[in-house]
Amino acid sequence: MTRIQHSKKKQSIPGFGLTMGLSTLYLSLLVLIPLSLVFIYSARLGWTAFWNDVTDPRVIASYKLSFLTAFSAALVNLVFGLLFAWVLSRYTFPLKRIVDGLVDLPFALPTAVAGITLTTLYSEKGWIGKWLPFDVSFTPIGITLALIFVGLPFVVRMVQPVLQNFEHEVEEASASLGATSFQTFRRVIFPQLLPAALSGFSLAFARSLGEYGSVVFIAGNMPFKTEIAPLMIMTKLEQFDYPAATAIAVVMLVISFALILLINLIQWWSRIRYASH
Amino acid sequence: MESTVQPNLPRQAFAARHSLKENVVRWSLITVVLLFFFGFLIIPLVSIFFEAFKQGVSVYLSSIVEADALSAIRLTLFVTLIVVPINAVFGILFAWVITKYSFRGKNLLITLIDLPFSVSPVIGGLIFILLFGQHSSLGRWLISHNINIVFNVPGIVLATLFVTFPFISRELIPLMQSQGTVSEEASILLGASAWQTFIHVTLPNIKWALFYGIILCNARAIGEFGAVSVVSGHIRGMTNTMPLQIENLYNEYQFVAAFAIASIMSLLAILTMVIKVVLENFIKKQTR
Repeated sequence: MTRIQHSKKKQSIPGFGLTMGLSTLYLSLLVLIPLSLVFIYSARLGWTAFWNDVTDPRVIASYKLSFLTAFSAALVNLVFGLLFAWVLSRYTFPLKRIVDGLVDLPFALPTAVAGITLTTLYSEKGWIGKWLPFDVSFTPIGITLALIFVGLPFVVRMVQPVLQNFEHEVEEASASLGATSFQTFRRVIFPQLLPAALSGFSLAFARSLGEYGSVVFIAGNMPFKTEIAPLMIMTKLEQFDYPAATAIAVVMLVISFALILLINLIQWWSRIRYASH
Repeated sequence: MESTVQPNLPRQAFAARHSLKENVVRWSLITVVLLFFFGFLIIPLVSIFFEAFKQGVSVYLSSIVEADALSAIRLTLFVTLIVVPINAVFGILFAWVITKYSFRGKNLLITLIDLPFSVSPVIGGLIFILLFGQHSSLGRWLISHNINIVFNVPGIVLATLFVTFPFISRELIPLMQSQGTVSEEASILLGASAWQTFIHVTLPNIKWALFYGIILCNARAIGEFGAVSVVSGHIRGMTNTMPLQIENLYNEYQFVAAFAIASIMSLLAILTMVIKVVLENFIKKQTR
């Protein structure tokens, strides 16, 4: 009896087998099988060849640069993303609707367009570049700027809904108990924003690590100085060095998977925290 | 009775005490946001059109109707027209499976569907070269039968499918989760088939979110650069999409022509944002 009820509850809408089958088929054909090929192809080449490819000094320099620029860009996006989300959900001001609407523009604007535009703006004769005392184009600063542009919407869009659903009573309680507004923010609001902010940060970081289109133009792509990891894959492919390209891809995929795991852990942790409240 | 009076007292006192300080904080935060917004979004956007029209309207128009530019526009539209419907159908399917049934491993399935978001587009292109290129036995067999997938249009389609894979299900899943399965169960109980239930019950409830997802998927499909760049082989007039054509022109110092195509793509991006804002209002009304 209980068994029948259980299965009835589980499958109250027919068509589970067919839709699940089609979904997993498409997912496997387009994503899982092609991605696993990177690992299979790399494993066939043997450990020494793989190790030599991924520890080549020029490749190591590109990981370091990618990691450093993506991390700084994600940090800047965390700060400004929180600020944007706060201002957009708490205050009214002129142009607010336009700002709210256009914050997502970096998602919709093709990365190549962003790339050539930022390069032109920050070149020595560009609108912004000519006022700056230091070089931006063809330096790590330029790469970071491009990544800030690309990653801006992630934190904003994760944090904004949390702030909008936030209960004002809690803040008022904190204020009437004598807390200053900074204390209220730090002790009451910030802890609730943290999971969303961290998820947004990790998403922006993951996206920045893999970003190619907006970076290649402004980077200048000088070996050991301004070559990012995705560009290294591209360079190896152009030299028909498929083993090396694949080996670098394996390292990047492992980092991406670690980040995905981290995001899932953050969300799991925040669910537990909210459940206990 | 007390509760209607009391909360106002500390709030007013608090507001009066802190109003000046709060206003200073408020307006400095707004100023910082507006400065960042103008510096990072508006100035770049304006400069695209400035660079495109630098040598006048006629040069702008002639760089758009130039043969290679037109064939790039045609290829981009062709690829988008194939990619977006396929990913729309499977995006709905994913969202349906995840929100209308309960099964083990649901979170794993969601994570796997979102995977292409966190993978570098360059790797998104590389995997199809490994699968269909000279280096795999499948690829060699296909090439010996004159079926070229990489460095050709099918490769561009596959890479774009991969990159835009999660876009539509991502928009649908939260909405369908909040809507639950009650309407569908009622429809099934009244004797409708699963397909009828989907067409007449589920689809009308998700149409705006679906449209929103399609718009976002469309924008990314048109603009994808890294993945397409790996699989295209950069053959002019044959396998150049609009973003690749921009790269070619830019590298040849034909800046006006590059920015002319960039300006069309920016207009599309702005249009996407306008539709997005309109749709968000519709979706908000629907979920209320």
